[in-house]
Parts: sequence; C-alpha cells; structure tokens
Amino acid sequence: MNLTLKIWRQKNNSDKGGFKDYKLGGVSEDMSFLEMLDVLNEELSGKGEDPVHFDHDCREGICGMCSLYINGKPHGPQQTTTCQLHMRSFHDGETITIEPWRAKAFPVLKDLVTDRSAFDRIIQAGGYVSVNTGGVPDANEIPIPKTIADMAMDAAQCIGCGACVAACKNASAMLFTSAKVSQLALLPQGQVERKTRAEKMVAQMDAEGFGACTNTGACEAECPKGISITNIARMNREYFSAVVSSQNV
Amino acid sequence: MILDSKIPEGPLAEKWTKHKFNVKLVNPANKRKYDVIVVGTGLAGASAAASLAELGYNVKAFCFQDSPRRAHSIAAQGGINAAKNYQNDGDSVYRLFYDTIKGGDYRARESNVYRLAEVSVKIIDQCVAQGVPFAREYGGLLANRSFGGAQVSRTFYARGQTGQQLLLGAYSALSRQVANGKVKLYPRTEMMDVVTIDGKARGIITRNLITGAIESHSAHAVLLCTGGYGNVFFLSTNAMGSNVTAAWRAHKKGALMANPCFTQIHPTCIPVSGDHQSKLTLMSESLRNDGRVWVPATVATAEKLRKGQIKANEIKEEDRDYFLERKYPSFGNLVPRDVASRNAKYVCDEGRGVNETGEAVFLDFRDAIKRDGKDTISAKYGNLFDMYQQITGENPYEMPMMIYPAVHYTMGGLWVDYNLMTNVPGLYALGEANFSDHGANRLGASALMQGLADGYFVIPYTIGDYLAQNPAGKIGTDHQEFQKAEKEVKDRIQKLLGIKGEKTIDHFHKRLGKIMWDYCGMARTEEGLKKAKAMIKELKAEFWSNVKVLGDNEELNQSLEKAHRVADFIELGELMVDDALNRNESCGGHFREEYQTPEGEALRDDEGFAYVAAWKYIGEGQEEELVKEPLIFENVKLTQRSYK
Repeated sequence: MNLTLKIWRQKNNSDKGGFKDYKLGGVSEDMSFLEMLDVLNEELSGKGEDPVHFDHDCREGICGMCSLYINGKPHGPQQTTTCQLHMRSFHDGETITIEPWRAKAFPVLKDLVTDRSAFDRIIQAGGYVSVNTGGVPDANEIPIPKTIADMAMDAAQCIGCGACVAACKNASAMLFTSAKVSQLALLPQGQVERKTRAEKMVAQMDAEGFGACTNTGACEAECPKGISITNIARMNREYFSAVVSSQNV
Repeated sequence: MILDSKIPEGPLAEKWTKHKFNVKLVNPANKRKYDVIVVGTGLAGASAAASLAELGYNVKAFCFQDSPRRAHSIAAQGGINAAKNYQNDGDSVYRLFYDTIKGGDYRARESNVYRLAEVSVKIIDQCVAQGVPFAREYGGLLANRSFGGAQVSRTFYARGQTGQQLLLGAYSALSRQVANGKVKLYPRTEMMDVVTIDGKARGIITRNLITGAIESHSAHAVLLCTGGYGNVFFLSTNAMGSNVTAAWRAHKKGALMANPCFTQIHPTCIPVSGDHQSKLTLMSESLRNDGRVWVPATVATAEKLRKGQIKANEIKEEDRDYFLERKYPSFGNLVPRDVASRNAKYVCDEGRGVNETGEAVFLDFRDAIKRDGKDTISAKYGNLFDMYQQITGENPYEMPMMIYPAVHYTMGGLWVDYNLMTNVPGLYALGEANFSDHGANRLGASALMQGLADGYFVIPYTIGDYLAQNPAGKIGTDHQEFQKAEKEVKDRIQKLLGIKGEKTIDHFHKRLGKIMWDYCGMARTEEGLKKAKAMIKELKAEFWSNVKVLGDNEELNQSLEKAHRVADFIELGELMVDDALNRNESCGGHFREEYQTPEGEALRDDEGFAYVAAWKYIGEGQEEELVKEPLIFENVKLTQRSYK
C-alpha cells in the first residue's frame, strides 16, 4: 500500500520542531508499524537525509521503549504497543500522523524521542521493598492467596511506556504510579512500607510536573497492558489513609 | 598463555562454601572507598549493581536504553529454574546441575554449574521478598511448570512475563540504591572502550547518546553485564539494540572470547514473513508443555498446504507426523532446544514445511484444548496466543501456530574464571556476556537463573577477593591511558562519519546476518565456513570504505550508534566462523554436518574437544590465537546425550 506520513521532526530539545510530510510506497500489511518506519528510514538514509529518530528496542511489546502518538492515539488505533501494531490496521492511501508523547514531564529530545526519566524517579521515591540481597525467608514461608497474587501481577504488568500520560488531557501519571503502589500494597512483602511508599511516590509524581487525575479513564483505555484504573482508586485509598495517620513527607 | 580457571579444590558440593570462606573480604568501612562500574542493567547488571551498592561499594551503572528497566532480560517469557523441589518430584541441586551439564552437551565447567544450581534456590527467595508476583497455587504456595531438557517441574514463572517481573524486581532494588545515593545511573550512555592501566581494568570510555559527549569513568573494577551477541545474525529474538560492542572492545583490550560459535537457535519463534522483517519474535518454550509439534507426513500434503488447497485443521491424524514424539518418545515435545530446532530444519529440508516459504512447522494446541478446555489453556498461555494473533493475524485457538527456529541466545562470551573475572584483572563478565555455565546449549529457564545468580549471589563474594588485594582511594581519569582511549574512540567516530559511502548500515548488517545464518547457523560445514570467512573479510573491507553514516557526533544520532555496533559484529562474525571451523565435532547448538551419528544426532569428540576454546586478539587483520582450557569432568560421566 501507499501512505502519506505526517511526522513530527525536531532537531533537539531546544528546536521548535514541526510536521513534515513523506510519501511511502510498497508497504506490506504484514509489516509492523516500526518496520514501516525502518523502510522509510532506509529510503531517507539512501538519499542522505537524516532518518526519523524514534525509541524502540525489544519489538515484542514488553520493554516499553517504543512510544509514538499515531493519528491522535498513543500507540495507534489498537490497544497494544506500537511495535506490535501491524500495517494491516491501516489502508491504502491513508495519511498517518505521527507525533512524540506530549507532556511537560516528558521533554522531546529529538523527533519522536522523549525523556521519560521522570518515571524512574517516581520508582526511586519508593517503588520497592527495602530488602537487601540475602537473608530473606524461604519463598514459600508466606503463602499468598492466588487471587491476591493474580491481582498484584495484573498491576505489575505495567511496562512504563508512558501511554497513560500521553493519553491523559492533564498528562497525569496516576495510572503508572498506582500500578506500582497497588502491586506492593496487595502483597504481604509490601506491607511494612505501605504508607511511606504511597506518600513518597505521589509526592515525586507531583514534583515531576505530571498533572492531576480527573478520572476520565483515557489512560486505561489506551494502556497497552490493560492496567485498570481500579489501581488509581486503590492508590487514592492508600494515599489518604497514609496522610491521615503518618507524619512522613 | 595458560588460563587459570581458579576452580577451588575439594568435593564438588563443598567448593563454593569453601571458596566463600577462603576469599579475602573488604572491611565494611573500607567498601565505600572502592568504585565499581557496571555496564548493562539487565538481570545480571541490575542485580549486581544493587547488591554491591547494598554492601557499601560506590557503583556507577550504565545502559544504552532510556531506563534500566528496559534491558532485554525483560523479554524473557517462560520462567526461571530453581532446585527447590517444592513439587516433591525428585529434584535436587545435583539433578539441576546434572541436567544443565548434560543439556550443555558436556561443554561447561562442572564447578560453575554446580554453584549455579546451588544458589538457584536463594534467587527465588530473594525475588519473592522483593514483591515479584510469581504464579501461585490455590493454597497460596508457588506454582511450577516443566521445561525442555528436564523431567522434573522446577520452573517458577509469572504468567508469560517472568523476565519482566524478575527484571523489575532487580530494577526496584537498583532504584532503591539510586535513591540512597549508592548507585549513580547513566542511562542512554554507551560503553565505547575499556581502559586498562598496567594490565588492570581501571575504567571505561562512554558516549552520551543524547549529546555525543565522550567521557571517561574510572573505577577499581569494571563489570560487563552486556548480554549476548545474537544480533550478529541480523534477525534474532534479541532486542534491536542488543549488541556485542562492550564485550568486543574488552576483547580487543585483551579479554579472551570463549566458544563464540556456541549459539542457541530457539525452536519456537514466529516464522519470517518478508524482507522487511526487523526481528523475530519468540513464543515461549513453555508452549511445548501442551502444544504438539508436527508437519504433514508427506511432501505432497505439505505442498497442498503451502498452496492453500487444504487447511491445517483438515489434515487427518494419520497424515500428520508428530516428529519429536515419534523420534524421542520419552522427552517428546520437550527435548532440548538444539534437538527440537535441528529436527524442525530436517523436516523442512525434506520439503514438509508448512508455510509459503516452506520454513515452518506446526505447534498445535487442539488436543490440549480438547483435554483441558480453552479457559485453562488461555490462563496458561493467553498473552502468548494474543501476541501470536497480533503478529500473524491468525487465531491459534482455532488454527495450529506456525513456528520456526531463530537465533535466541549465545552461550559463548567473554572467558571468565570461577570468580567471573576475565583474564584482564579487575574486568568481570556476568550473565549472558560470559561463557561459563551453559556449555554448548542452554536449557530453557536457565538464563534468568544465571543472570541473577551471577549478580545477586556470586559477584558480591568474589569481587571482594580482588578489591581487598588492591589499594583503595580514588583513581583519577587524568591518566594518559584514559586520554589515549578517548582519542581512539573519537578517531573511530570521525572515521565512520568521514567515509560518506553509498550503502546504509542496515545493508551491511543484513548481508552479515545472511552469511552467518547460511553458513554458521543451525548446521555448519567446513566448506561453508571457509566460504563465510572469505565473504566476511570482503564485507568488512567494503563496510569501512562504503558505509554511509549520517549526521554528526554531537547529537542524538541513531545511525552512528548502529554503525559502531555493526562494525563490531562484523569482526565478531569472523571469529565465530574461526571457532566453528576449529571445533571439528558437533555438540549442542554447534552442529557440524561432518560429525553426526547415523541417526543424525550431534557426535561429540571428547578426546579432541573437551575444552573451552578461548580466543586472544593479536592485532588488526591477524588471526586470533587459540588458548585452550581443558574441561575436567570428575563427577559426571560423559555420554551420548539421549532424549529418546
């Protein structure tokens, strides 16, 4: 198929940036979206033009490195990562608009590449159980009901891609943050630091410049891993019960 | 040159315990005076960086991704082995050791493998304590599944995302140390060279991938946890960024590269769909627990299938050949990866392949769904089935999956001694980046085990032994060796940017990949390998005279990143071919067609080749020198591997 690609080009963080149109022919429907961009980049490189920079790595939908705002939706029309999106979701002659994630806390570095280190700092604020290597009890010492372990796993599946932030009109990171808070709040191992964790991670989220949550559910609708906004409700409970009973933060 | 593997004396089961007592310790108050560099933040790197920081060392952790959480360990699906024997099915440390040695076709060190099996049980404890949500039974205890090459159920898993959960566990431990100020993180930073001073590793040179800045970092020890080099084949299940550069630069600075030709071809990957293909997607080996592998019994039926005249589910039972079950009745579909891959190749070579290209076999869940119900199968493999459907557009609940082998893991890597130190003092290699534990073939669910064993439970002990013998105190980056190495890196960048040739980097990478796959892939011959060597030499010359690398150094430049990596892959490719040529036997993933049993199984030559082939870099354009480390088996008897 033949496509028109309207792609955001921005030389670096201080450049203003703008859209540029490209015509691309011979696209097979078995290609993944990123392979389609590979083909474009081979063409551009052949002509001596700077290829379109985008983040990607595993191309299996799990590393969370790929992003792209495609036709107004994070990761494009399907609820999956961009690397798992295939060209059979598009039709011949279509114009596809490709942008980077747009959020104050995710500055654009070049073209479609953004800086998502704010997510790392949220985890550093408390997204862990404080155990050192060694000296831990046997793995089967604390039984965990299967339903609880499954719920924790549902939350733990977050790949940290940032689609939730990109989808949110407030660029809120509540879904991302709550997924980690939930996972550890559900498990017995996370109980000891439960309160401080919720407080510190929320404080870091605010400090990074992410917006507030207004419960529109756009994040859940676009999350490639189906992380539920139930996690946000749980984090709110965790957070409020923490602030009324502790003197941390 | 003689390699000292530093294997401790004494009975196998006591070696590690004795060694831990015998190694020198660094006093707790002195640990803060030592700096350690960790390159790579996958399972090995993140676990090592976190554990060393917990002990009190100052750690700098580097990764080329935008976050340590994205390292390719994250993509491991099926699980992690541990000799917990929670299932009461006869597992033990010795059995895991034995299975791993046998699975590796007797080309791994006994002592290292035993230690791996021994510490495996602690890994599970550690991960659970971190909040890793492993699969559980209704009683609340941990669940297990079985994997290829074993007759016990010892694999712990978190749905089809075990690697993700383990990596996020290690990443959380790392993040905690970043918050504590004990680890300084350098994401989007690529290691360009190792710096050695008076023969010891003293630091690295890096390139900031955003600004292009070339920087020096000093330390008392450098840990390379940089994964495998499967992308030398262009198409593999590795992430797009996975590369050999760090290991290769270390090699060129004197570290020996061991068994580079030992490559694992994974049997269950989604087949290639066309020339645009950028990578291959693995379907977890755990699928072979319930899926049955087959092709049509006759070439005629296969032809009809390829032409679309019949559908897979219309082929009658008697017209199907469940070739693994037929040839290996006791292990059936759960034979080790190398055996499964090679047999898939055989039936496709016979003309019984099932897709348009003729390079695919079926993995069929019809009987499992009939037996256990769709819901049970979906609970076990739902995400894998979804992924398959997403990529191929076919529904595996109704139609058998199509699979074909693909490059997945490299057992070879930097040579290390029992302490995981390379032959360059102070330079360590952990996880897939080293060669040590999997011999000529890795068993499923053992990569995660090794990465975490090295990082959580081996290096924290062994690094102290080296550091205690070296004075503490700051090492500056003003030494001339740093300046020299920086200049070399800058010169190389200018050289690459200055070629301004006509062919793109991918053009060369694809050509290299094809040479490697055709001649140094699933089946190798002396003639083919010799041809490959000449072709790679030609390719290298052409690369350095006709590659087109766009842009400048002082910016985010993905072309330049790729150019460095491909240049190193080309050199590695040649060494892999040399190694495959040298090894006149078949073992595990290394199958030389000249050396096979009448039944077509790998035929080892234990008299001639029970050694680790470690290669020493001599100089540009010169043949590398082979250094042998004999493998001594005191506990297991070398037998022809049989899974029949």
